[in-house]
Amino acid sequence: MSRRLRLWVLAVGGLGVAVLLLVACFGLPAFGGTWHPYGDRAVHAALARHTANTISSVNFDQRAFDTLGEESILFGAVLGTVVLLRQTRDEERQPPEPVPVAPPVRRYALLALPVTLLIGLYVIAHGQLSPGGGFQGGVVVATSLHLLYIAVDYRALERIRPVGTYEVADAAGEAAYLLVGAAALLTGAAFLANFLPYGTFNTLSSGGTVPLLNAAIGVEVACGVVVLLARFLDQAVEIESDDRDDGAEART
Amino acid sequence: MSVLPYVSAAWLFLIGCYGLATSRNLIHAVGCLAVCQSATYVLLLTIGYRAGGTAPVFSDIAPGSRPVVDPVVQALTLTDIVIGATVTALLLSLVIQVAKRHRTVDPDELSELRG
Repeated sequence: MSRRLRLWVLAVGGLGVAVLLLVACFGLPAFGGTWHPYGDRAVHAALARHTANTISSVNFDQRAFDTLGEESILFGAVLGTVVLLRQTRDEERQPPEPVPVAPPVRRYALLALPVTLLIGLYVIAHGQLSPGGGFQGGVVVATSLHLLYIAVDYRALERIRPVGTYEVADAAGEAAYLLVGAAALLTGAAFLANFLPYGTFNTLSSGGTVPLLNAAIGVEVACGVVVLLARFLDQAVEIESDDRDDGAEART
Repeated sequence: MSVLPYVSAAWLFLIGCYGLATSRNLIHAVGCLAVCQSATYVLLLTIGYRAGGTAPVFSDIAPGSRPVVDPVVQALTLTDIVIGATVTALLLSLVIQVAKRHRTVDPDELSELRG
């Protein structure tokens, strides 16, 4: 299909979809209205189960099974990236040369590292209380480790980041989620049902299984992001391919 | 004007599709897919908004004292963002391998089979 024809097909299809979407927009409930049947019920259920952060309650209690699916997508994406970005036979590793870092950058990155790590762990631990949770906190924790790459060099990052261990921990986070879900079966409840005592509202131990599932997600997201970034950094920094492309030579 | 947020979500989706179809660079195409996906965030958060509402977190407000926005769509958006980030990473790693094997990131030049 030529480029011009493709643009025409796109224009016709795009216009059709645009008209349908516009019609649909006028059929949706008014913006900012008070009619939120699911929202009201979710808030009610979260309060009944002593979870202050309703979003965590929705993710790890009311829709815990859906979150298992989303977590598995995350796990699968990390696994796929690890497989795709592995070192192939015609590539070799070259340890990168350390480059001097500007003193202010080094100072502030080293200062920010422990603070960021602490904030990440705080966000994970307080997921059932305040805005945040395992997904967001995990990303913050993973980011904090990479401040070492900015502050020092790649070898320092590699020292605190044994990728194999993080890959195992990534899988352990996924397994922990499943095991907490299966533990509910032992008590006679349904898979991933909230079976622990709900605790006191607005304290760290409130919400039953929500903090446990939250922590499992936190471990998985933190380790998953570390592994993802490690693979991309390997490609950018360490892995060198000897510019020999047999296919391209055969074709020309 | 109450449909404007919905229309902006539709516009984001369509502009992302346009970028995907006309892209001459796979990295650009992955970015366009992220734009398409952000349309769903805008749509979800728009549906859940309540006039004068605050975050549905009751650690510092008394339940029932203020209107809160819909927590269900916020939860959906949250997981969507994380999944989007990892799937983008997976797509970018595919692009890296395509660039290595085919020496190009233009999707129009990837029509022939190799190997």
